[in-house]
Amino acid sequence: MAKVTIDGHTVEVPDGTTILQAARAIGGEVAPPTMCYHSKLKTSGGYCRTCIVKVSKGSDKDPRPMPKLVASCRTAVMDGMEVQNNTSPEVLDARKGVVEFLLMNHPLDCPICDQAGECHLQDLGYDNGGEKTRFDFERRTFERKDIGDKIQLHMNRCILCYRCVKVADQLCDGRVHGVMNRGDVSEISTYIENAIDNDFSGNMIDVCPVGALTDKTFRFKSRVWFTKPMDAHRDCKKCSGKVTLWDKGDEVLRVTGRKDQWGENEEWICNDCRFEHKKSSDWVIEGPRKIDRHSVISANHYMKLGVPHYKKLEK
Amino acid sequence: MGKKLLIQDDKVPGIHTLEVYRQRGGYASVEKAVKTMTPEAIVEEVKKSGLRGRGGAGFPTGMKWSFLAKPEGVARYLVCNADESEPGTFKDRYLMEKIPHLLIEGMITSSFALGAKTSYIYIRGEYFYVARILEAAIDEAYAAGYLGKNILGTDYSLDLYVQVGAGAYICGEETALLESLEGKRGNPRIKPPFPAIAGLYGCPTVVNNVETIAAVVPIINMGGDEYAKIGVGKSTGTKLISASGHINNPGVYEIELGLPVEEFIYSNEYCGGIWKNKKMKAVVAGGSSVPILPTDLILKTAKGEPRLMSYESLSDGGFVSGSMLGSGGFIVYDEDTSIPMNLYTFNRFYHHESCGQCSPCREGTGWMEKIAHRIVEGHGKPTDVDLLWDIQKRIEGNTICPLGDAAAWPVASAIRHFRHEFEALIPKTAVAH
Amino acid sequence: MSKPITIKFSDASLAEIHKIMSRYPEGKHKSALLPVLHIAQAEFDGWLSAETMDLVASVLKIQSIEVYEVASFYSMFHLAPVGNCVFDVCRTSSCWARGADDIIKHIGKRLNIKPGETTEDGMFTLKAVECLGSCGTAPMLQCGASFHENLTPEKVDALIESYKAEGKRKSYTDRDYKNTL
Repeated sequence: MAKVTIDGHTVEVPDGTTILQAARAIGGEVAPPTMCYHSKLKTSGGYCRTCIVKVSKGSDKDPRPMPKLVASCRTAVMDGMEVQNNTSPEVLDARKGVVEFLLMNHPLDCPICDQAGECHLQDLGYDNGGEKTRFDFERRTFERKDIGDKIQLHMNRCILCYRCVKVADQLCDGRVHGVMNRGDVSEISTYIENAIDNDFSGNMIDVCPVGALTDKTFRFKSRVWFTKPMDAHRDCKKCSGKVTLWDKGDEVLRVTGRKDQWGENEEWICNDCRFEHKKSSDWVIEGPRKIDRHSVISANHYMKLGVPHYKKLEK
Repeated sequence: MGKKLLIQDDKVPGIHTLEVYRQRGGYASVEKAVKTMTPEAIVEEVKKSGLRGRGGAGFPTGMKWSFLAKPEGVARYLVCNADESEPGTFKDRYLMEKIPHLLIEGMITSSFALGAKTSYIYIRGEYFYVARILEAAIDEAYAAGYLGKNILGTDYSLDLYVQVGAGAYICGEETALLESLEGKRGNPRIKPPFPAIAGLYGCPTVVNNVETIAAVVPIINMGGDEYAKIGVGKSTGTKLISASGHINNPGVYEIELGLPVEEFIYSNEYCGGIWKNKKMKAVVAGGSSVPILPTDLILKTAKGEPRLMSYESLSDGGFVSGSMLGSGGFIVYDEDTSIPMNLYTFNRFYHHESCGQCSPCREGTGWMEKIAHRIVEGHGKPTDVDLLWDIQKRIEGNTICPLGDAAAWPVASAIRHFRHEFEALIPKTAVAH
Repeated sequence: MSKPITIKFSDASLAEIHKIMSRYPEGKHKSALLPVLHIAQAEFDGWLSAETMDLVASVLKIQSIEVYEVASFYSMFHLAPVGNCVFDVCRTSSCWARGADDIIKHIGKRLNIKPGETTEDGMFTLKAVECLGSCGTAPMLQCGASFHENLTPEKVDALIESYKAEGKRKSYTDRDYKNTL
């Protein structure tokens, strides 16, 4: 076990735990925001640099601070380590820089983006970003592509988190999409017109932190905050069958995997459950799903119906 | 004239052949190493020599070698980094092209020291013809019994192969190089683990620059202690310097570390002074990544001491008034050079070479290029110089690999020492936005 | 998925590919991807079509996507047709400082193309590229395996004429090369 102190909170975690996981164990504001890390995907994280923190003391054994900020999702804790997240102005400034970099070429088309309301980049920008960008050049653009009949790729919105590539590598047999080109013209693509067709490919939609990969069967059906998330299950031979249904009235508009408080899937679901079972009668309803994240999606959460969000703000 | 240990025979006709190379004393280190020394003894000699990595980072080679994990039954690899791509640097190409057997000899001796049974030389794709030269030399070495099974009748066996890249500066970063050697995109790995623990194919691996491996040959021949007497302080031995830019005699020079910078630039033995009888404005002393210094600071430190060609002297004053020896890519600029335009070529380079994995480098390098371009085109905004400064600051230290730092440092130093040149390019009528 | 492959490597290329594959440990033949792509580009008209890349994938027994990802990463692989002679003209600092921009302009004027373009007869492609490690002999250009260094407009003219007279495709893998070091 290793004892680690993050922003003044001490927690004991098993050896090999990352700083991020230790911070999540403490919870609340102490946990750094993430974009490319996903707890259920091996080798994820390290790319976006959102979760960088300052290690002010390496360990009891070697108390020297680490010379650079580190990606908390890919750095293991040491016994006696001291970490600064929100308590370090250096971290907050660097993170603000990362947010600016991530948003620089992002189209900011939230009003017409299906991800709006549950978008990690929206949350990140709201919590950590500047008021405006200093990037005054034309944003880069890509063609919009269908990758199969159920998934749309809107590359302009992509932040290259590699999560969808890891889903294809780790859940699907035979990956057909990947990252093409390099540098700031890198793009997620199948290269040649190729459909992504696999029992678990739909999970790419769930792991996409932005609106780059969206569910075509849900496209423009509703703003996500007007839907009611309900936990439900069914007997499924391919997956656990445990899902979240996003209902409007009696209609099931969308089926997704269940996500934890960090917005990361608890379990993977198959395309059969996701795309082919859009009737309430297909499912055993367990009850309302509580969304912990503080984004728009929970601000207008139905459990708070009658207690409009603005009232909270007036206090 | 300083000592030469590596390319003293570069003008000898036929030196690229095994026959002539051997006549000049070649492969003595292999004889000595595999027949009379233990691997540990070789590592010890390299430690004693004080040799530091010649690719740019200057990390002590003996220490790097001693970090190599040696689990039972797991292959270990030595990979030579011949992906020389740092602008201003062409010494490895010169060495490999002129005296290919020197690198091969170094690879054999070093592989024996590290217990590698298979070693690779990863060379940048643009040097395809150099790879052919190396392959011809390797064939000769196999035929002469220096490579293959039971080298020189001992029980040590080694296979050595040349692997070509295909155009990517980032593959000079050791973990990107290993990815590329595994047939993947040249994306740097997230560390730890370091290659000494998990490198090529997940096995313990040492990655060393061409010149570093070549230097092992004289070290074993003369002994680490003797080698350490050459040079100055912790900068032991000799260094190949690639000299380019506005000088009379561009080329590759082997210098004894500690040579005064002024002598290197103005002596006819080396650069031969500034071309066209002009004055010097600035120098990039160690490849495009290191801070550019104006004439007064490259010739003398801020304390007024003569600046020497050594790791310590060139970095004296930190980044405020110093630079780095880096890869030894020494670019000289005359008085008429536009520093902003030169910086723009660097910005364009790093933008082109960013792998795109992590966001500060992927987005920041292109942004800096765009701003620099607008400045040199005369459309800069009054806030642009400060913005450039701020962007480089937010890239530096926040990326997966050192390419981010390499892209940031030239920007910071150009603004630090030549801010007036940037401001002079911004139209007076421009208004802040 | 991918279309059927109608092309194949020559016997000589296949032999070379198998030799390359033998350089790596058991199961690590993907390591041969970059060298094999070079061979493929040289054999199939100087560029890598989707079909050529699918062929490489089948020879190395890897997924096509792994080939596309890699081919699109490295600047020496052409993913669209190019001229017989690709002029890679370096323009980074040392070359820029010694007149690379003028050389690029001169070639462009002479061939009536801009960087990135190919002449109508399909003979030349002009590319402005980043540092090729020839800074001490700047300005320079690479064509196929050859480095042409210390360039002047006159040297460039002579070079264009000799390539025209030869009329052959130049590849990075060529065994005949010129260099002026």
